[in-house]
Formats: sequence, structure tokens, C-alpha cells
Amino acid sequence: MSEASSQADHADLVSDIIAAHQDQPGALLPILHALQDAIGYVPGDTLPIIASGLNLSRAEVHGVVTFYHYFRSSPPGRHTIQICRAEACQAMGSRALEEHARRSLNVDFHQTTGDGEITLLPVYCLGNCACSPSVRVADRVFSHVDAERFDEIVKQLGNTAVEVK
Amino acid sequence: MIRIYVPRDTTACSLGADQVAGRFATAIADAGLNMEVLRNGSRGLYWLEPMVEVDTDRGRIAFGPVGEADVRQLMADRFWEGATEHRLALGLTEEIPFLKNQQRVTFSRVGIIDPLSLKDYCARQGFEGLNAALSMSAQDIVSCITQSGLRGRGGAAFPTGVKWQTVLDTPSDMKYIVCNADEGDSGCYADRMLMESDPFSLIEGMVIAGLAVGAEQGYLYLREEYPLAHTVLRDAIELARHGGYLGNNIAGSDKKFEIEVRLGAGAYICGEETSMLESLEGKRGQVRPKPPLPAIEGLFGKPSVINNVVSLASVPTILAGGAASYEGYGVGKSRGTLPFQLAGNIKQAGLVELAFGATLRALLEEFGGGTRTGRAMRAVQVGGPLGAYLPESQWDTTLDYEAFLAIDAMLGHGGVVVFNESVNMREQARFAMEFCRIESCGKCTPCRIGSVRGVEVIDSIQGEAENEPAREQAVALLEELCDTMVAGSLCAMGGMTPFPVRSALQHFADDFKIS
Repeated sequence: MSEASSQADHADLVSDIIAAHQDQPGALLPILHALQDAIGYVPGDTLPIIASGLNLSRAEVHGVVTFYHYFRSSPPGRHTIQICRAEACQAMGSRALEEHARRSLNVDFHQTTGDGEITLLPVYCLGNCACSPSVRVADRVFSHVDAERFDEIVKQLGNTAVEVK
Repeated sequence: MIRIYVPRDTTACSLGADQVAGRFATAIADAGLNMEVLRNGSRGLYWLEPMVEVDTDRGRIAFGPVGEADVRQLMADRFWEGATEHRLALGLTEEIPFLKNQQRVTFSRVGIIDPLSLKDYCARQGFEGLNAALSMSAQDIVSCITQSGLRGRGGAAFPTGVKWQTVLDTPSDMKYIVCNADEGDSGCYADRMLMESDPFSLIEGMVIAGLAVGAEQGYLYLREEYPLAHTVLRDAIELARHGGYLGNNIAGSDKKFEIEVRLGAGAYICGEETSMLESLEGKRGQVRPKPPLPAIEGLFGKPSVINNVVSLASVPTILAGGAASYEGYGVGKSRGTLPFQLAGNIKQAGLVELAFGATLRALLEEFGGGTRTGRAMRAVQVGGPLGAYLPESQWDTTLDYEAFLAIDAMLGHGGVVVFNESVNMREQARFAMEFCRIESCGKCTPCRIGSVRGVEVIDSIQGEAENEPAREQAVALLEELCDTMVAGSLCAMGGMTPFPVRSALQHFADDFKIS
């Protein structure tokens, strides 16, 4: 897909999303969620469209997108893996798990593997604190994740063609 | 028809409950048995999940933890007939000591009912609180909550009735009920469990709050990290609307109330109420200075009740059973019950709803049963990432808000995270500062800059381990920094990050002497 046609696609998509949320008070977060659900990130070229649709400045929209950890300004890898870094997971060895994940995938947090397969993200609590350490892939949470289990999860991702938002 | 219950709850599913449910369904179909698989919520005995239950004449009996591979043998043993000898048999669910020794009040239905069955909900006192409220004046509803002694279960423990009274007494053309479901504190999962396992109780609580203060619109601000809770809530709201418990004619009363779920976007600070309001308005989640109080100028500048999930879900029980009944639980100024959540390195991790007044030690030892990994417990963080780390000498503290404040700690949302003796408390203190650095909204300087400096100073304490005078200087600097953050921060994020840091310094000083 050429860059020009991709931009045109975004414009149509964003306009539809704005139209669907226009009457909602404080619609910016729902709009950003809908956009990221649809294409995996919030492209920079959509900010002026959103801004004019909600009668905001482009800076205000940019400010919101960058404030929230969840919203991305660039496309993620085919899968995202979130590792919980919070205390209940630390108590069961998540520091070692983080270290293992970075080393085995050869990426740091917020980076994507060279083959574009996996984006590694930190998360601060999945509410799964009774069975830590916890990892999330798409809408699935995994319990008691150690290095070995982490490798299994990664391997399984490689074997599936599941689209992960 | 024999009913088998397999929980549908984030943690149960993370341990394979969906696959286990699938195996049972297949096995039942293959054998042509007259049985069905129901998806209840979790009882909160997480070390036993997936915990499968089945109805018997004596009550429900439980088996767990059940793996996919166990299903075939359970079916072959006709486990629904008792199978008390089976290695996974746990006996009558209600007789399991961990559950039997609790006082399940707000969580009375959790894990028992199908979360999305209005019929199940109504069969267990569902909407009795709403029906009572519909026959009362707004002032009487507020007075009932005030008399119950209910305080905010999200952490701040502010009297709920006082908040509601302020909103009721503030005239406005529009008022809002906002449910804070941004449960970001590590070690806390009570809100998630309640939303996934008994969502109608939260909906009912919000409707009653609306009747009490004259609000017709509710917002439920849910964290993005809870996808299953999101699905369950959306379905439950739809069912409640169809059932006439939301919309324009609530339970045939001509009263109106609507609820919209809004998703957060991975910002811990949005659990702070004013920051959450900003987020709901579509802005950066930056903290607002108070006053004005949100009860007077809240969401979109209108008077707003902001309550946590467990606070609101406690309301129906209070209205149905009366203020005195709820107030009868607890000690001192801490009335009612709190769902404690055992987490981290603990053998029997799970949810323990208790009246205020037991000791932390009872929770750790009688319910928790020691550490999961077998080594001795060393530190316990109560109340989330802004809560103090408590050494063993403080474990006999009574579980009530004031007793915890008296030792510079907090009960907060009731999360209890256990660490064994392998923990390095300097690293934990450093993480507290690091977390504040990552999650600070940036509005006030003590929090935004203080957290950055905090990480640096703790690193220099480590770096100067061999040089005692320099190390002591760095420790003194850290103490001073903590003073500044406590005194000068706009909200609890910067103002309470020093709690875990200082408690680590005070009670585990040796960890700050090694490199």
C-alpha cells in the first residue's frame, strides 16, 4: 500500500469514527480507542482530522495521545506481549522474567523484534496478583509465568496467525 | 439436570478454566449425559483455580485445581455423585475453612451465581436494595448510607454518606454518578472480581446512588487492562436495560438512569478522582487542585458522586438489610467489611472479605498459610504501591483504617502483597520512586521532579555502600526529599510514594547498606 493511499484510508476511517462518537460528551478517548482497535495505533496524520472534528487544537489531541501509555503513535509488531512489572509480580520473580524476556527477544520494553513479530511492553498490574508473575497477550492473561513458560508463549505465538490488536 | 460450575474470571481463565469448561462440555455431549456446564464467577480461592463445583443434595461440592487432563478421570469417577476420595476433592465448598471463616457481605453472591443471569441475581436478594430505595426519599437514602458508616473502599476511606449529602444539597440541572473502576494498585483485584462475578450489584448500587442525589447519568471508568470485566459489564448493562433496571422507567417507577462504560488507557494516575474526571472529559489525566470538590464541581463542572466499585456494590446490601446491620460489622470508625486480597508470594492467595478488626497476622497465617515458595515472609505491602512495607513486628496491627494510619501505613483498597526473605528492600524503595516517575501526571513539581531525584538518590545510596559518611548523607537527602514530596504534592501519588520508601528505610535499614 502506498503512503498516499494509506493516508486516504485513515481519513475515511477517522471520519467514520468521529461521526459515530460526535454526540458523546468528552469523546476524545473513545475515538482514540476506536481508532487503535481498528488499526493498532494512532497515526500522526489523523490528529488534524480528529482535532477539527472535535473543535480542539492539534496540540491538545497530541497532548492526550502522548499522555496515555496505551495509545501508540507507531504500529506495533504482529503480537504484543505485556509483562507486569508491579509489586505482586516482583514478589514472585518478575524482575528475572523481564530480564529473560529482553534477552531472549533481544529488545527492550517498547521495542519490536527485528522480524516485526513481537512488541514487548511493560504493564502495571493486570489484577491477576494472586497468581503472579502475570503476562498478557491481546485479551488473554497468563499466570505463574517463569522463563520457561514465557518461551512457550512466544513459541505458540510464532505458530499461530492470530491477528492481535 | 446436573449443573457443573466452571468459573469465568480472569485469573481462573489464566489458569485454563475456558479449556476445562470446553473439555467438560465435550465429555458430557459424548456420554449423552443430562448435565450442563455453567460459568459462574470465582469464589476467590485462587490457589485452587480452576475450581470446579457441582450441585449435590448436600450443597455444592468442589474439586480443584482441575486441569484439562483431569476432566476425563473426573467424569469416569462420576464426580457429581460425590467422589470424596478423588485427589482433587475439596468437599462442600462452603465448608472450606478459607471461605467458611470469612464474612461475605458485599461478595455474598460472588462465585455462586452466573454473573449474567438476572434470575440468579434476583434469587439472591438482587434489587431488594433498589426496591427499598424506590420507596424512600432521596434524603432517607443518603441518611441510610451515612448511618451505615460506609467509607470509600477505593483507598481514601472518606465517608460515603457525607459525599452523597454534598451532591444532594448542591442544586444543579445535571448531576453525575461516576464509578471509579480504575483499579491500578498492585495486589488489588477485588473490583475486577466483583465486576466479573456480580456486575448487577454494581449497576444496582449506581442506580441507587442516582436516586439518592438526583442524578440520571452514570459513567463507569474502567481500566483498559481488564478486558474480561469490560465484556461482562457491557453485557450486564444491556441485560439490566432489557430487564427494566436501567433506562427511562426503572422498575416501573418513572425514574431514569443510564450507565456508560468508558475505558481508560493505561494511566495509573487516572485512579485519582480528579484526574479520572479530566480523562472522562477527553483530556490528559492531570490532577485538578481541590477545592472545588468534585461533589460540587465535578464531571463537566457538575456535582458528581465519585465512588469506587466496592463502595457502590456495598450500597444495595445496606439498603436491603438496613444501615444498622452493616454498621454492626467492624470496629471503631471502620464499619462494615473490607475484601482483603492476598497476593504475591503467599500459599493460599485469594479474596478474604472480613469485618474490620482482625489482625494482619491472622490474614497472613490463618488464611494465607505462609509463603508460596516456602521460605519465611519478610515484608508485606498493604494498600497498593503507595502503601508502607510492614516488617513482622507490625503484623499484629488491627485491620482498621485508624490503626494503620497510626503506624504510618494504610489499608487502602485492601491489597496485601507478601514478599519472602529473598526481597531486597532497597530495590523495592527504588521501584516506588521509579513507578512514581513513570506514572506522575506532571502537574506538580514535588512529584514530577521528586520521583526522578528519588531514583537517583537511592542509586547513590547503593553506590556509596563502601563509603559510610557519603552513604549517610545520601540517606539524609532521601529523607528530606520524602518530606518535600509529602508536604508539597498535589495528590496522593507524590504525597504517598514516600510511604513505601520510608518504611523500607526505617524497618529494613540493612538493605540500604549493601551494594
